[in-house]
Amino acid sequence: MSKKSYERPYIQKLNTGTMNKFGTKTEYAPVTAIEGVPVKKLIADYGSPVFVISERQIRKTYHEAVRAFKTRYPKVQFAWSYKTNYLNAVCNIFHQEGSWAEVVSMYEYQKAIQNGVPGKKIIFNGPDKSIEDLSIAVDNESLIHIDHLDELYLLVELLENKKKKARVAIRVNMDTGIYPMWDRFGFNYENGQAWNAINKIMSHPELMELVGLHCHIGTYMLSANAYSVAAWKLSDLAMNIQLRYEKTISYLDLGGGFASANTLKGSYLQGSDIIPSVDDYAEAITSTLLNFGFKQENLPTLILETGRAMIDDAAHLLGSVIAIKRLSDGRRSIVMDFGVNILFTAFWYNHKISPAQEFSHHVEDMVVYGPLCMNIDCVRESVTLPLLNRGDNVVVHRVGAYNMTQWMQFITMRPKVVLIDMDGKTHIIRENETLDTINQMEKMPKHLKSINL
Amino acid sequence: MYVNKNLAISDTGFIFNPSTGDSFSTNEVGKFIIDLLKQKKSKEEIISQIVLHFNVDKVNADKDLSDFFAMLKSYQLMLDENE
Ligand SMILES: Cc1ncc(COP(=O)(O)O)c(C=O)c1O
Repeated sequence: MSKKSYERPYIQKLNTGTMNKFGTKTEYAPVTAIEGVPVKKLIADYGSPVFVISERQIRKTYHEAVRAFKTRYPKVQFAWSYKTNYLNAVCNIFHQEGSWAEVVSMYEYQKAIQNGVPGKKIIFNGPDKSIEDLSIAVDNESLIHIDHLDELYLLVELLENKKKKARVAIRVNMDTGIYPMWDRFGFNYENGQAWNAINKIMSHPELMELVGLHCHIGTYMLSANAYSVAAWKLSDLAMNIQLRYEKTISYLDLGGGFASANTLKGSYLQGSDIIPSVDDYAEAITSTLLNFGFKQENLPTLILETGRAMIDDAAHLLGSVIAIKRLSDGRRSIVMDFGVNILFTAFWYNHKISPAQEFSHHVEDMVVYGPLCMNIDCVRESVTLPLLNRGDNVVVHRVGAYNMTQWMQFITMRPKVVLIDMDGKTHIIRENETLDTINQMEKMPKHLKSINL
Repeated sequence: MYVNKNLAISDTGFIFNPSTGDSFSTNEVGKFIIDLLKQKKSKEEIISQIVLHFNVDKVNADKDLSDFFAMLKSYQLMLDENE
């Protein structure tokens, strides 16, 4: 007698009359391959967990963003936000497409230089730039975005002893009708700080040239309209500079902040149903700039530092089930071999998780935990998945932004990152850490070398 | 251990409990187990039946059955002998 295939017994109470708030069947439809490469093969070849990035998806998203802006506005330049994902291979896909680099530390700056980005095409943001950092940026003719007056004074001090002029912009913060307002970076527009900083810069024409104005009004912005407010306020400053100093500002940098299709925690609606499209953002920004009243020859270049919306979709995290448990209150819980250590964005997002193999139509609501011995290590507080077993594989969606930079080496080590190229070939673009990788950086004082237990 | 004899189970795994009006859905193995419980089979007998009919080893069948029993109890579909 041949035996029937086994699925662990399952029973669930049916609540008549209430809508299934856990979404539709498509949500837990299996994802068995990424860009045509079977998930099972990826895990067999590269281990579990593993991050998998699609080059095709990165380029596609980039092309869509470029099209949305360039069809509406004549001068557009993207700059890749390094902190969002600074794996060199990822950066170079953006650089091949024409993106400049946007960095916020000397570490990121050096990465950009080593990737071959010309100094002139590096935007140096961030509140922490030492005099040495500034000196390198001035020598390379990078765009220095001044964050506060202390930085301005430091730069003046540096430039007084240098033969070279600096190319600078200021970061402006402002009320765009969005709460919370990000006012800790840059100079405030409404209270006159920004105008004051501009005047200070313009009073040193021999040392520096004010070439641009920058803002980054927040992240995962659900309102496209906030960008038209921001574009208007930067334009207003640029126009006043033109009037008062007869100086044409060559670019306005609207920063990043466009939402990706991930679903924010606490949001009842799916991210993809509520976020503005890249066309909505583009329309809000470009129509404001075009209608502001710049003379054609003074029209500023529009720079964008779009991060998460460019890369989130392009990466998946593949992982495996370690254990299935029942919590004391009866809820099903499942322990995965990845946790918040490598999926940092699980703190903000309810990441979509798909099984990587076929199942029956039965599903259960469950809590998804990571492998860390910490209460905070929860990947999903409630998700509906088929009847997974130990060893089964899952695919976590939209993990391209901030995970491969904010991940931590905590309890376990960080896994490999694999790129699937345009031809479907796979490449390791970052090796997994090993005990040696970590131990290399440690030093043992002589008197602690031997132990005798 | 016993389940309510009046439980109605359809071939597709739909369960109706006439004493409370609650309905449930179960899968093939779940239905298989409930049918055996209605016949007053012991846990050991059920495990050997599962192993006989399905592609699973005893250890996993036992583990899953214990969990399934706990769910049946929490839904008040199953009571201990002395209750
Ligand atoms: C100055 C600056 N530009 C761009 C970005 C990218 O933002 P996002 O990923 O929201 O597009 C950030 C992110 O924090 C930033 O601080």
